[in-house]
Amino acid sequence: MAHPALQPALQRQATPAPSVRVTKLAQVFERDRPPVLDRIDFDVAPGEFVCLLGASGCGKSTLLSLIAGLGTPTSGSIEVTVGRPALMFQEPALLPWLTAAGNVELALKARGVGRRERRVEAERLLTLVNLTGQGRKRVHELSGGMRQRVALARALAQDSRLLLMDEPFAALDAITRDALHEELIRLWSEQGLSVVFVTHNVREAVRLGQRVLLMSSRPGRIVREWQVEMTQPRAIESPGVSALATEITQHLRAEISRHAR
Amino acid sequence: MPVDDTTVAAQDHRAFEAGLDALEAPTLPPRPGPGAVCLRSVLPPIVAVVAFIALWQLACSTDLKPSYALPSPLDVFRTFDQTVRDGRAWDAISISVSRGALGFLASLAVGTVLGLAMWRSRWLRAAIGPFVSGLQSLPSVAWVPAAIIWFGLSDAAIYAVVLLGAVPSVANGLLAGFDQVPPLLDKVGRVLGLGTVGRIRHVLLPAALPGYLAGLKQGWAFSWRSLMAAELITYSPALGIGLGQQLNIGRELNAMDLVIASIFLILVVGVAIELLIFAPLERRVLRTRGLTRRSVS
Repeated sequence: MAHPALQPALQRQATPAPSVRVTKLAQVFERDRPPVLDRIDFDVAPGEFVCLLGASGCGKSTLLSLIAGLGTPTSGSIEVTVGRPALMFQEPALLPWLTAAGNVELALKARGVGRRERRVEAERLLTLVNLTGQGRKRVHELSGGMRQRVALARALAQDSRLLLMDEPFAALDAITRDALHEELIRLWSEQGLSVVFVTHNVREAVRLGQRVLLMSSRPGRIVREWQVEMTQPRAIESPGVSALATEITQHLRAEISRHAR
Repeated sequence: MPVDDTTVAAQDHRAFEAGLDALEAPTLPPRPGPGAVCLRSVLPPIVAVVAFIALWQLACSTDLKPSYALPSPLDVFRTFDQTVRDGRAWDAISISVSRGALGFLASLAVGTVLGLAMWRSRWLRAAIGPFVSGLQSLPSVAWVPAAIIWFGLSDAAIYAVVLLGAVPSVANGLLAGFDQVPPLLDKVGRVLGLGTVGRIRHVLLPAALPGYLAGLKQGWAFSWRSLMAAELITYSPALGIGLGQQLNIGRELNAMDLVIASIFLILVVGVAIELLIFAPLERRVLRTRGLTRRSVS
């Protein structure tokens, strides 16, 4: 009964196109040194949560910047099919002269949302990250965890289907980080986002991701990947997370030890 | 009543996070009341002034210097009062302040354009940056002879000196402001999808504002100094009598009371503009960013 012209659309529905497709990506900063990124190939499916794990200097942040469109790769390609990705940094990177709501509203303004809608939408997003009624506060009046949640609300304000996160909780204390893990997983499952989460914390990667990609350093390559079969929400101290984290840590340590020679 | 598990979990999480927020949010010390402000920042200068006048009176009473060289505080006050009553003081203030304001606004425009140009062009900055910084430390009174030779005893000569004194401060202030903008904030602007103009308008300019404002404040101080130097030297009946010129009249008449009264007025006007315009502006900008001493805790 399907009209022939509908065929491709139906097919796409069956096997949806990935949110991001990275193909044969390489990045070289200095000619005589090993490439920062080399032969990187991976897809992120719509609604998938992928963690990129690696030691310092494995180029995971560079990779994220490239996906965000903040640079051009030396070779290879990055296809982002869901529009401009949202990006969160390790620092909240809020604009200190704006209020919490003002920071969120700037992202809405950049999208061309009208003034009155902006106010309503910003309040809705702040409620989403559990900051109801805190919109009038200035950045310096917020704690580290609250700032990072404002940054999360600002990222959500970009209304992107793809959220890139560059060690966003690395500077937070363990208790606050725990709270934000819970927050993020809740939002991810509610909003159906694709997430690429960069971290050097193995437990964090296993706690959050559906898939964990381990990267080597100099050159940065994806050397191994794990499917995390446990359901969300899961606790970072649960035995399942622990067991998988122990296994991944062994590989990570082996990867790092190669550089001792 | 059956309760949904996920609702309970969500409520749990909300309470946990709200508790964390309450524990971790920085607590700012309360703003001091007017009484405390009075005691802390108004009283000390008053004590200092009273002490100064007392010492001055003591010097006069002991005839440290002949009275034509060191008039008593009361003599100076009488002369000052005289100039206020016959309108000379107001005329001088209005002439000087309007010159100062006009000169400062012109410096603001030129300095801002120059600063922007130097920021946009690395080459231009490398070429003239050192000279602009150098000019900042050149006393602008050094320009007065040149200005008189170029423009004669005219307003143009006065404005030329004011501009040469203030433009480098404004331009350097803007540059310092831009230099201090964390590159991360510009990245944020790009991630949010702001174009070049949007990034300059919403990210760069507000981020550079504290440095720029410091430059403007210094620019005003330099404008005022340069103006006084120019007025003191370019004395001509056609130019009207500003504060600097009034000071020069005092010198020519050997009237130390008029000299001191004029110096006093110059000081008061300079401080008043700083306190009434620049200080509140700066306080506001710093407070919204949490950069005041009160908010660091």
